[in-house]
Amino acid sequence: MSDRLPAALTRRRASLPLLAVALCLPPFYLDAFWLRIGLFSMAAAIGAVGLALLSGTAGQLSLGHAFFLAVGAYGYAWLAGEPGPGLPPALAALLAVLLAGAAGGLFSPVAARVKGVYLGIATLALVFLGHHVLLTADSVTGGFNGRSVPPLTLGGFAFARSDPEPTVLGVPFGAEERLWYLGLALFAFTWFTARGLLRSRPGRALAALRDSETAASVMGVDVARHRSAAFVVSSMYAGLAGVLLALAFRRVVPDYFSLALSVDYLAMIVIGGLGSVAGATAGAVFVTALPLLMTRYADQLPLVTAPGSAEGAVGPTEAARYLYGAAIVLVLLYAPDGLHGLARRARDRVRRRRSRAPAPDAVVPPPSQPTAARTKEHTP
Amino acid sequence: MTTLLDNILGGLALGAVYALVALGFVVIFKASGVLNFAHGSLLLLGGYLTAVLHDDLGFAGALALAVLVTAALAGALDRFLLQRGGQDAHSAHVQTIVTIGIDIVLLTDLSRRIGGDLLSLGDPWGDAVTELGPVTVADSRLAAIVVSAVVIGAVFALFRFTSWGLSLRAAAEDLEAAALMGVRLGRVRAGAWCLAGALAALAAVFLAAFPAPGLERTTGQIALNAFPAAILGGLASPAGALAGSLIIGLTEAFVVGYQSELHVLGEGFGDVAPYAVMLMVLLVRPTGLFGAKGAARV
Repeated sequence: MSDRLPAALTRRRASLPLLAVALCLPPFYLDAFWLRIGLFSMAAAIGAVGLALLSGTAGQLSLGHAFFLAVGAYGYAWLAGEPGPGLPPALAALLAVLLAGAAGGLFSPVAARVKGVYLGIATLALVFLGHHVLLTADSVTGGFNGRSVPPLTLGGFAFARSDPEPTVLGVPFGAEERLWYLGLALFAFTWFTARGLLRSRPGRALAALRDSETAASVMGVDVARHRSAAFVVSSMYAGLAGVLLALAFRRVVPDYFSLALSVDYLAMIVIGGLGSVAGATAGAVFVTALPLLMTRYADQLPLVTAPGSAEGAVGPTEAARYLYGAAIVLVLLYAPDGLHGLARRARDRVRRRRSRAPAPDAVVPPPSQPTAARTKEHTP
Repeated sequence: MTTLLDNILGGLALGAVYALVALGFVVIFKASGVLNFAHGSLLLLGGYLTAVLHDDLGFAGALALAVLVTAALAGALDRFLLQRGGQDAHSAHVQTIVTIGIDIVLLTDLSRRIGGDLLSLGDPWGDAVTELGPVTVADSRLAAIVVSAVVIGAVFALFRFTSWGLSLRAAAEDLEAAALMGVRLGRVRAGAWCLAGALAALAAVFLAAFPAPGLERTTGQIALNAFPAAILGGLASPAGALAGSLIIGLTEAFVVGYQSELHVLGEGFGDVAPYAVMLMVLLVRPTGLFGAKGAARV
């Protein structure tokens, strides 16, 4: 066993740069449609990781994620644009993230005291109240029609279409190509900070809090403070995702930030596997890419018709919704630890088979903990 | 003065309908610890069935069938999907999210069928009104108040006087002890879900009746306002659900009625007022007005 672990670690370390290079390649080979899917997936993944920290690790059900995404998106659009202070876009993006964090902080009197399903409904209130504010505060949000988003510029380099388009290695670099790298950088930042956070002292405190509030508080975890801190951090990730989404859409409208969006994010972390960064990412890609892909390939799929064709037929958007509604139900009932858990179990099985075959005297690793068996919870 | 009376009556009628929905949330929560996010689409299903069937069966027949089908579906969802997940507190959280998945599937299918249409439920009240002293009330609103009062009374009697009600209360108190006393938890749960489904289907009739234009695909979302009502009262308390529903109904009616005085809050604040009230209550009492602050056992 002892010589396996370092080997696995080196393998993982070696594969990281390879993965990074692979993720940098798509703008050279794929067209704008695929780049947009990737861009939306990355933005969704950033938001989903934030929600995974809150719901998966801290065990708090939140349906208010759409609100914090909206704060980030609108915060950026207002701070960087006209009418508004017209700040430098990079500064505006940073402030928008902080603004989302502040909004989460303002909500913390509720978030720290209310728990479980009560918090779920309380955050539901945020979405509805937020949507109402977006519709009525015309001067800041532009009302029903929303407002356009100024492009992000960093040191004279604009993440938007420019004329003439510069070419890199013979590939014209438009808005999607440039934003891809921005999204990639932000996603990498999210990935490493979130994983670091989960393995840090506060991260472990949150996990303890989820498993048993009473036990955690007896061990010296400040329940209210950790709960509200988790809420603030999760809102900041949501704000970052909101900024990236706003840049990708180039226009923000209130109706996008509805309850359905919050539910989408909840679906992402559930399908991916609660409480894991990799799972949240996988779930985000699944939930984001599925409807877009189904719309694009509607004419080639059985039982699905092109949008707006016959009355009462199953369109691509509906088919995608059926699929992922069913995915939530099936994943939770048959694989409660999501895609992440499925992948881990498959890996364990392969590893066990491999270790069993060549060396009969090698110690067989203990069977992985059966995840279905849960410890009984005593606190209601 | 007449506006005041108008608003009070309107608020009571709305509150009565919310109470039917909120009571469903509470019954399900008491029996299974699950917050049913699919309630809105169950309600929509009840309304849709009534709308489709009333030409052939008449209103009463259609409603009866819709109530039965919705109740059966709710019971079946619990029995065959949710109960696979187990009965403890952790799985209740997971099952809450499962209901979101169920809601997505049901709602997608129903909105595809309804499309942009406004369906009439063929209710007997139509747009008739009654003069009550100085105020004019729609008959459908009076019917909502009367029917809800009768049905809710019956449900409370069910809790109090039947063996099923006793089992339900015992299960809500302590699952393990109830099971050891011979309560068949699976049946009690499924029964609670059936009851909640029936209540939701009934509520759909009044949500779609005059002065509302008819059943549309967003009718289920209106039922979301019963969430704050149930939370406001404390999720585990039927009496709290009743009180919460009346508060929410009256708030909504007053905000809409006095909209011109409240224009600072923006147009359409009535739709979100229930949530504002709920947030304020939760700030003061995190488990709702009537919710017991559960003592944690180690």
